[in-house]
Amino acid sequence: MELRPILSTLRRHKITAGLLILEIALTCAIVCNAVFMIGHRLQHMDMTTGIDEHALVQVQLAAIAPTPDIYARAREDLAVLRQVPGVQAVALTNQLPLQGDSSNASLKLDPAQREPTLSASTYFGEDLPQTMGARLVAGRNLQPDEIVNADVVVKALASGNTKGLPVAVTVITQALADRLWPGQNPLGKTIYLTTQVGVRVVGVLADLARANAYNDATAHYSLVLPLFMGVGKNQSYVIRTRPQDREAVLKAAVAALKKADPQRVVTRQRTYDELRGKFFANDRAMAGILVGVIVALLIVTALGIAGLASFWVAQRRRTIGVRRALGATRRNILNYFQTENFLLATIGIALGMVLAYGINLFLMLHYELPRLPAAYFPIGAVVLWLIGQAAVLGPALRAAAVPPVVATRSV
Amino acid sequence: MFGYYLDLALHSLKRNKALTALMVLAIALGIGASMTTLTVLHVLSGDPLPGRSGTLYYPQVDARDDSGIMSGKEPPPQLTEIDGFNLLHAKRADRQALMTGGAVPIQPDSAALDPFYVEARYTTADFFAMFGAPFRYGRGWNAADDEAKARDVVIGSELNERLFGGANSVGRTLRMADSLFRIVGVLGDWAPSPHFYDLNTGSYGYAEQVFIPLQTMLDLHLEHNGSTDCWGNGTGGVGTIYPAPSCVWMQFWVQLDTPAKAADYKEFLVHYSEQQKALGRFVKVPNVRLRNLMQWLAYQQVVPDDVRLQAGLAFGFLLVCLVNTVGLMLAKFLRRANELSVRRALGASRRALFAQLLIESGVVGLTGGMGGLLLALLGLWVVRQRPSDYAALAHLDPVMLLTTFLLALGASLLAGLLPAWRACQITPALQLKSN
Repeated sequence: MELRPILSTLRRHKITAGLLILEIALTCAIVCNAVFMIGHRLQHMDMTTGIDEHALVQVQLAAIAPTPDIYARAREDLAVLRQVPGVQAVALTNQLPLQGDSSNASLKLDPAQREPTLSASTYFGEDLPQTMGARLVAGRNLQPDEIVNADVVVKALASGNTKGLPVAVTVITQALADRLWPGQNPLGKTIYLTTQVGVRVVGVLADLARANAYNDATAHYSLVLPLFMGVGKNQSYVIRTRPQDREAVLKAAVAALKKADPQRVVTRQRTYDELRGKFFANDRAMAGILVGVIVALLIVTALGIAGLASFWVAQRRRTIGVRRALGATRRNILNYFQTENFLLATIGIALGMVLAYGINLFLMLHYELPRLPAAYFPIGAVVLWLIGQAAVLGPALRAAAVPPVVATRSV
Repeated sequence: MFGYYLDLALHSLKRNKALTALMVLAIALGIGASMTTLTVLHVLSGDPLPGRSGTLYYPQVDARDDSGIMSGKEPPPQLTEIDGFNLLHAKRADRQALMTGGAVPIQPDSAALDPFYVEARYTTADFFAMFGAPFRYGRGWNAADDEAKARDVVIGSELNERLFGGANSVGRTLRMADSLFRIVGVLGDWAPSPHFYDLNTGSYGYAEQVFIPLQTMLDLHLEHNGSTDCWGNGTGGVGTIYPAPSCVWMQFWVQLDTPAKAADYKEFLVHYSEQQKALGRFVKVPNVRLRNLMQWLAYQQVVPDDVRLQAGLAFGFLLVCLVNTVGLMLAKFLRRANELSVRRALGASRRALFAQLLIESGVVGLTGGMGGLLLALLGLWVVRQRPSDYAALAHLDPVMLLTTFLLALGASLLAGLLPAWRACQITPALQLKSN
């Protein structure tokens, strides 16, 4: 296909061609970044939590009047819940993965260290990993005789007399172990929560996501501490059951808890799947909006290309007729318009790539988005080439159908 | 002449219905999307207390130790209980209020109503006057009530409606968390948005229904909600009722009526820090901030990133739609070179042609703008159906209505100027000859 005639025609329509190129470039740049952001959100929404999500339900209560003994109340509640038909296991916890509101601690490897190494999510509870279904990959779980009531620990810390307490131990996630001691065996190592309190690692979990897992890089830094919190508005019961029994067990558990102590209000009762859905609701909405924008952009651009091509075909009817009369085949005419569109699209795409990179740099600066991987550029290019060819096909076929006799007629 | 040009424009637009519809739709979609997102952005970054926000300040002092548990150059975003009460009792500002958030169980007298939890604000006497909270009945408590740990409560209109059917409930008693309180005031509808005085409880669509003196809350051990950050051996309420002395969990606001007073107050904060350092409570060199309300909201980046991203996307989309329309309009005008040349040859001036074409593109732009306004209303309705906490706020106000109108007008002029100018450059003789 000879390019020269196409180029010389385009040179006579500089402004129109320029506008089309600009439109394609802008669309390409936005589509590249939008597709990347959708991928980013989907990846975030795909986060693993390391727990048996479909088998868990959560119940949270708040007392109407102050509870005299929060620890005894919690022990009794746990015993009551274990009697509910369908309940396989139950634990009191301060948070669940992806819950949103969270409890966190700054960790140090050396008590004399000035800046903490990192912040990790702290889970407090007895039998917590077992109930949630978090898999142990090394060491052991926390033992019942290592669990201490929270007020005992706080009093001991405040007075500086920690003699009566069992040795402080913890179970941490593989991700946290790999970050703190890369390539080493974490078992037996000590983590410092304050300058005085060190806890020894006795077990490693395959995974247990944070309650505030907003950032993918730190989402799996968690540790479980052997503290028993007692009832309180931030504590909740996590119950393990068969997936098909969740609704029934939830209802029965709430009824049993209200019967055990009517002086309280249920503030949360939900399956873990509902909790997870809520955590990612905004990401899902944003991904939907981005898909909508991409579709709208591509439709507008396609219609723009088709509209402009129709004008050009109508404008050049005489020229086409002359070419046909001079021996050009229908296929030649068709190819001419297809090549013209391909040429414009290619220039637009090249410009769009540069623009896409610029937009990405801006987003990286302002929205903590990672660098746009090179793999996304071809996606934008292919999509726009296809859209361009599809849009120009109709007008090009109409052009090819122009009979040679047009050349002999005056307007 | 205008009427004639309008007639010509409509005639020309009718000749090519599909194309006209495409141009109008593209502009409408672009403006609709931009105005929806811009309105949400405008609402979320608005001033929660217009007229008052300029004199309200949020003092910060730095009580952290050297352990590095809470790092960063900025002082903590809240105060410790001790610093809060010290600054409150110093009374160096025109008005000042110390506060924190929570939730309390309401135990209605009537057996027909089950006990329920409502959001609570624990604060001090100046809160209502300083923030201009409107009273429907009664009034707030005074500083003496604060010190006396009075069992006084101010309730919101929603709770008053729920418990007392909206009647004047001042003087009646209310049982909360097993204690009896006396209702001293009922607020009118009041829900500043963003919830500037405590952003930890959620920034938008949040209104407490119960206001209790802070010292009463501490006395009764009512539960505290919100963010708690600790250093040293502080535990954020683990195993204790309230956070340790080395935890920040209270917000402190002051009203300073003149810039000179604000400067003096900042000076005072530095003196206070030095004095606390001399006493051994503070270890860092004085590190204070005194931001006014809007500066505080900007510093806390209260507008969600996603909302700003959506606005950017929408404007990108609008740009593509405009370029698209300009291209189509240009092609259309150039296609009519013949007709325009004949008019030129018959004596129409370039100006007249320009006016005629501009009117044609203006019709497209304005129709698109109107469509965009309708689409924006639809878009905002969709936003209101979404589960986000700011959903209920998404309404078009007069400012945004005017902005929409200006945007539509600007967009249509932009979309018309270039094509009209280009089409007027045609040399009539050449055009007529070539055909």
